[in-house]
Amino acid sequence: MAYSPVVMDHFKNPRNVGEILDPDGLGEVGNPVCGDMMSVYIKVKDNRIEDVKFKTFGCGAAIAVSSMITSMAKGKTLEEGMKISNADVAEALGGLPANKLHCSNLGADALHSAIQDYLDRKAGKVKKGGEADKEPHIKGIEGGKCYCPYCEAKVQEEAHFCMFCGSELPHEHDH
Amino acid sequence: MALIYLDHLSATPLHPMVKEAMIQNLETVFGNPSSDNQVGQPAAAALEKARGQVAALINAADPKEVVFTSGGTEANNHALKGVAIGLREKGRHLVTSNIEHKSVLNSLRTLRLLDYRVTSLDVDQYGLVDPAAVEKAITPETILISIMLANNEIGTIEPIADIAKIAQKHKIAFHTDAVAATGIIPVDVQKLGVNLLSLAANQFYGPSGVGALYIRKGTPIWPLLDGGLQENKRRAGTENLIGIVGLGAAAELAAQEMPKSLPRIKTLKDRLLQGIVTRIPEVKVNGDPEHCLPHLVSISVTYIEGESLMMLLEDEGIIVNTRSACASGSLRASHVLIGTGLGHALAQGTLVFTLGWDTTEADIDHVLEVMPNIVQTLRDMSPIYKKEHAVG
Repeated sequence: MAYSPVVMDHFKNPRNVGEILDPDGLGEVGNPVCGDMMSVYIKVKDNRIEDVKFKTFGCGAAIAVSSMITSMAKGKTLEEGMKISNADVAEALGGLPANKLHCSNLGADALHSAIQDYLDRKAGKVKKGGEADKEPHIKGIEGGKCYCPYCEAKVQEEAHFCMFCGSELPHEHDH
Repeated sequence: MALIYLDHLSATPLHPMVKEAMIQNLETVFGNPSSDNQVGQPAAAALEKARGQVAALINAADPKEVVFTSGGTEANNHALKGVAIGLREKGRHLVTSNIEHKSVLNSLRTLRLLDYRVTSLDVDQYGLVDPAAVEKAITPETILISIMLANNEIGTIEPIADIAKIAQKHKIAFHTDAVAATGIIPVDVQKLGVNLLSLAANQFYGPSGVGALYIRKGTPIWPLLDGGLQENKRRAGTENLIGIVGLGAAAELAAQEMPKSLPRIKTLKDRLLQGIVTRIPEVKVNGDPEHCLPHLVSISVTYIEGESLMMLLEDEGIIVNTRSACASGSLRASHVLIGTGLGHALAQGTLVFTLGWDTTEADIDHVLEVMPNIVQTLRDMSPIYKKEHAVG
């Protein structure tokens, strides 16, 4: 694998692995069907992410991203946490191979989803139990190419699934 | 740290005798085999010697039936497109299985663009093709049946001789992709009854980038590479002599070594497989338990993803292969695993071990020692592991 030393470090020695049994916010994105799934648990105090843990089903990049983004989020305010982007994570990791950039999308989304969950709970919104967050799948205009809100276009070329909502992308050469 | 290399399907190290034969050729022969003079003649002799060595390995009736290629992929492309073009007046229908190698499936994809029709047969949970299903798929328009001898991902060995009988009965050409099997198990084109067979040197201790297509005398086939008259007008282009010499040497070696090596490797494979299922719970074994390549183990480990498992094993000096979507360039799940009915999530956690003639019992035992802990580490990190266990 052409991974940077920082990625390898976060993969072999991941920080913040675990779960929080009564989290203030929970974000679950992805799907083992796609090969990537992340759950992020946060504890919030005085508008800050006091504690954060993750569980990940995924490749070396996915685990490294989870470790890095939870490290970056710890101690930040909720606003700062929402601003951490996938590009920030990829940069902090010293870059990711092009076909792994979608893993960094997953990390950012799991964190944002956890923060949003906290805000929703505070606002009294009831969360549908156990469902991974799904964005409606948007089909692009040009010949069957699909655009998802999360993925890099390059990566989608031959992808059989939308990385995030798990919908199948049928191709003309499938038999 | 000395590597424990268990990915022989991707590439095999050059056997010292193969290397020796290639170096010898590099140092003494440079001519073009087609040059009819004292410079070209040694090259032609080396070429024909290699042809004989490969023909002997697969028991071809005549060395001329062996056509050298740039590997298994070219051999597969040639078989499918060559027969399709050659028999285009007779019919436009081909029959295959849906777990073939991509070089077969994508060649067929191209043929579809040219209005050929393809029936792609389903396999059972073990990856086996049903000969009766092949017969049912045949139409008056069918010109070729292509079923692989052994699958490179799950190791299942197909009933080629039975399917060949059906092909012969209906007078249809039959091709088998034997890349994963040739040089590992006995492959005899007379016993199998095939018209066309693909093989590649990098599977049996020869160099990468060279292989062969066996074309039985009388099989109507057009060239893939057009041009000069090389390879008895079957495959144009000045030959990759150094590679071909390596292929020939490897073929001769494989024929000699197989009676000893095969049972030894099978014992080690069984040790590995038994060890894994005994020590690690919730592991699925892929492929047919009885009809399987003797050096291949394919397992799917529940709750975790293959690339992360492969990387942690590499950290321990163990090289294996994975079939997870994330690790494949196309980000798709393995069509072979899905073809056997394996769920997508479970397919992501698939590892493929392919043992070699140099693999030792100590190697296997080291794998068995470190793997359970690695699997547990990843399971403890997995969001679906605890959930499953919490229910129980």
